Amino acid sequence: MTIAVGSPLTVELLRVEGLVAGYARPVIGPLSFSVSRGEVLGLWGGNGTGKSTVLNAIARGARILGGTVERAPGLTLAYQEQQPVRLPVMPLTGYDLLRTAGGDHAKPPEALAAILPRRIDTLSGGQYQLLCVWAALGSAMDLVLLDEPTNNLDPTTESRLVEILAEQRGRRAVLLVSHERRFLDAACSRVLAVDPWSLGS
Amino acid sequence: MDALAGVLLDPLFRVPLLTGLLLAAVLPLLGAFLMLREEWLAALGLAHLAAAGALVGLAGGLPAVVGGTLGALLGGTAKALLRARGNAAYGFMILIGWASMLLVAANTAIGDALGHALIDGQLYFAGRLDLAAAALLVILSAAALPWLGPRILRARFFPRFEQANALAAWRWHLGLDLLAAGGMAVGTTTLGLMGAFALVFVPAWLSFRIAASWRWTLILSALVGSGGYLIAFAVALAMDQPFGPVLVAILIGLAAVMSPWGGRLRDSSG
Repeated sequence: MTIAVGSPLTVELLRVEGLVAGYARPVIGPLSFSVSRGEVLGLWGGNGTGKSTVLNAIARGARILGGTVERAPGLTLAYQEQQPVRLPVMPLTGYDLLRTAGGDHAKPPEALAAILPRRIDTLSGGQYQLLCVWAALGSAMDLVLLDEPTNNLDPTTESRLVEILAEQRGRRAVLLVSHERRFLDAACSRVLAVDPWSLGS
Repeated sequence: MDALAGVLLDPLFRVPLLTGLLLAAVLPLLGAFLMLREEWLAALGLAHLAAAGALVGLAGGLPAVVGGTLGALLGGTAKALLRARGNAAYGFMILIGWASMLLVAANTAIGDALGHALIDGQLYFAGRLDLAAAALLVILSAAALPWLGPRILRARFFPRFEQANALAAWRWHLGLDLLAAGGMAVGTTTLGLMGAFALVFVPAWLSFRIAASWRWTLILSALVGSGGYLIAFAVALAMDQPFGPVLVAILIGLAAVMSPWGGRLRDSSG
């Protein structure tokens, strides 16, 4: 199986076929889907359904116990975990963190501009979460993986995140998982429902 | 002031002064990266291994800086290859180094005196070999840190990035481990065990609390280390005190005076 090359906005970057993923034992699968450039794909499911394990398997962190994960040649990944690394003392500014992630390739949204000069250990949980999500989206990576990006976000900041993600449609490939269906419907170009042992859409 | 300048510029002390100054500028930079990885205690473990290696080397006819470097590099390599991280691993490094150092000191003719010298610091006896080792450390750090630094930061804040992109991350993790081991070896055999550890730990600890950005963290670490070192050098000579403890006291004093600025500087970054 090879990944087809099409027009710039329909290039398939990732194809998952019959994936069964887990750690010591299977957690989720079999499931199949693909992600193309310009697509913001959401995986929806309740807590404990194994959504994060799917991202982990794509990012080479969980075991692939069955099926295949095929990445386009040279595919680069940005991966924002469910809980961003947060140290008690962090002498980095928002700009420093973006540079560290390579997330300074795009102009940051206005919601972030004001906090970028500040030390990241002075930011609230929501501000830090939004900054880390942008660190992935603002990078030049081909495919952005976001795990529960609405964690710690208040309703206002969550709606800003929806706007930011909606702007990615047609431009970037984003695969995100969340248990918030309304958020996914608003932010994604396509949403797939996940349960522990099957995938439907 | 003239007396202070006289002490610092005395030709007799020129090589020791310059050797220590190079180390005082570079060890705090390495300390900042170790602090970032929460591995500052590893520096104390490496310092003990360096001291033990120096004594073993001396017993075998090698200069202290060579034996110390071999001892610390051995420890740094083992730490990297075994992925030994965390307080337990560093605790074992300290204990192994300490026991080896004192056993070698107790069982060799010159070991006892040299063991004390390594603990107290023997900066005033630093020679051209020590100066060359410190200069080499500065050159290696200047060449490697611009490449290592961004990768170490990324690994700390985005730990899944390397695995997700199948990068050979061992190169920069081992690189920093070896640089830290080399720094602690040259530092320990020149400045003494606790003097070298204090230069790695205290300036970075202070800078992490008061610097407004990562760039300023590195600049401030180097400035506090160098400034504290120069004050300690002059004070120890003028008051005829052992260098190592004076350096530690000065650095702690600087941290105590400057750390209250932390809130204001951090707030001003907003």
